[in-house]
Amino acid sequence: MTVARFWRAIPQRYNMVGTKCETCGRVFFPPRSVCPHCRRNGKIVEHKCSGKGKVMTFSIVHSASDQYADMKPYVLAIIELEEGARMTTQVICEPDEVYIGMPVKSVFRVLDREGSDGVIHYGTKFVPDVA
Amino acid sequence: MVGIITYGAYIPRYRIKVEEIARVWGANAAEIKGGLGVSEKAVPDYDENTATIAVEAARSALARRAVDPAEIKAVYVGSESHPYAVKPTAVTVGEAIGATPVMTAADYEFACKAGTAGIQTAMGLVSSGMMKYAVAIGADTAQGAPGDALEYTAAAGGAAYVIGNDDPIAVINHTCSFSTDTPDFWRREGEDYPRHGGRFSGEPGYFKHVTGAAHMMLEHMGTKPADYDYAVFHQPNAKFPQKGAAMLGFTHDQIKTGLLAPRLGNTYSGAVPLGLAAVLDVAKPGDRIFITSYGSGSGSDAFDLTVTDAILDKIDRSKGPSVEAMLACATYLDYAVYARHKGKIKV
Repeated sequence: MTVARFWRAIPQRYNMVGTKCETCGRVFFPPRSVCPHCRRNGKIVEHKCSGKGKVMTFSIVHSASDQYADMKPYVLAIIELEEGARMTTQVICEPDEVYIGMPVKSVFRVLDREGSDGVIHYGTKFVPDVA
Repeated sequence: MVGIITYGAYIPRYRIKVEEIARVWGANAAEIKGGLGVSEKAVPDYDENTATIAVEAARSALARRAVDPAEIKAVYVGSESHPYAVKPTAVTVGEAIGATPVMTAADYEFACKAGTAGIQTAMGLVSSGMMKYAVAIGADTAQGAPGDALEYTAAAGGAAYVIGNDDPIAVINHTCSFSTDTPDFWRREGEDYPRHGGRFSGEPGYFKHVTGAAHMMLEHMGTKPADYDYAVFHQPNAKFPQKGAAMLGFTHDQIKTGLLAPRLGNTYSGAVPLGLAAVLDVAKPGDRIFITSYGSGSGSDAFDLTVTDAILDKIDRSKGPSVEAMLACATYLDYAVYARHKGKIKV
């Protein structure tokens, strides 16, 4: 990924900044600039997601691409945020801990590193919300 | 009065026991545990580093008290394990807590005392009226060379402090420092692991500077050790702070709450900030806290604090994980997996 491409997504990746349509109340993450439901009647504003959600479904990745090989086996899940938007992300827990419906919360982690001399990409992952 | 507005701590969930490290290197675990007073240490996950620890600690601080991030005009991160040699950890933290772009930021390095040096800088900026809030963080993912004495203690963790003037939960009554050029521990540019002067790091290093700064504080304040409810000293192991405390006249009861090294190891720049966080987790209004950090190279920063009523009604300590809760949440690793976690295996 080029430096600029990642840099543009820092608000989303670090702080889960998405958008909300004030007309219908839907929250979009990653952010959309047009509401697909309200179209020209939609009014899009910035919206910071709370970072709370639950596991909709998941997969255990045993055969990972190079930059994630250190972490395998790891849990990749689709999380439904409490605002309603869904995102694909890693859940940091043992593979046998995860289940559909598990409450999760966001944490700040390294997403990947471009080798030993490249940029370190940070962003949001999820952990079980036990509190 | 300038003081701590809110605070947050972070300790990774992984641990390795001294016995497991000793097993691999053919060392006598009982002797090492007896000598260091440390039984296990915290290990970062693959995707954790000083920046992620600093962010989690800072976010915990902001969860405990509604501080407007736009009023945070400075972020300082002290560490000897910044992820980049050149590119600040502090702006990553600033971005992740919403304090950017109207803020100043820098990374500090002073072996194990860079976190307390950041607190002093934040105090100056706030006291001078330059800003309302400044954030100071001490965090590390400390490295010890495989088989070296440091490997038994070099741990991961950190704590963050928002420093300000309005309704602090603890007033910082005074700070003073004692610093000299003493080469007891160092890491040269480009080297993976630090080197140290072995026993030399004791008397001319740790004890001279810790007692130097602590005596200066007692003299400046006209206090004696018995005037304090809690004391936190830098803890490269569990023995040094206990010996240093005894030399100064502090009792075990005063230091036990902030003495985390037996279960945590040495979190370097995070050590005294985490010890103070453990004290603030249980402190009551009126409690007086004595702190002295130590950074090899060498220097010590001493602080005298008084906890205020604001700790009861201005922050909600339950909104962030307590140090005790994070210490209790431990997953143990064997040496091979630990070595993978720490990037000690080169392929």
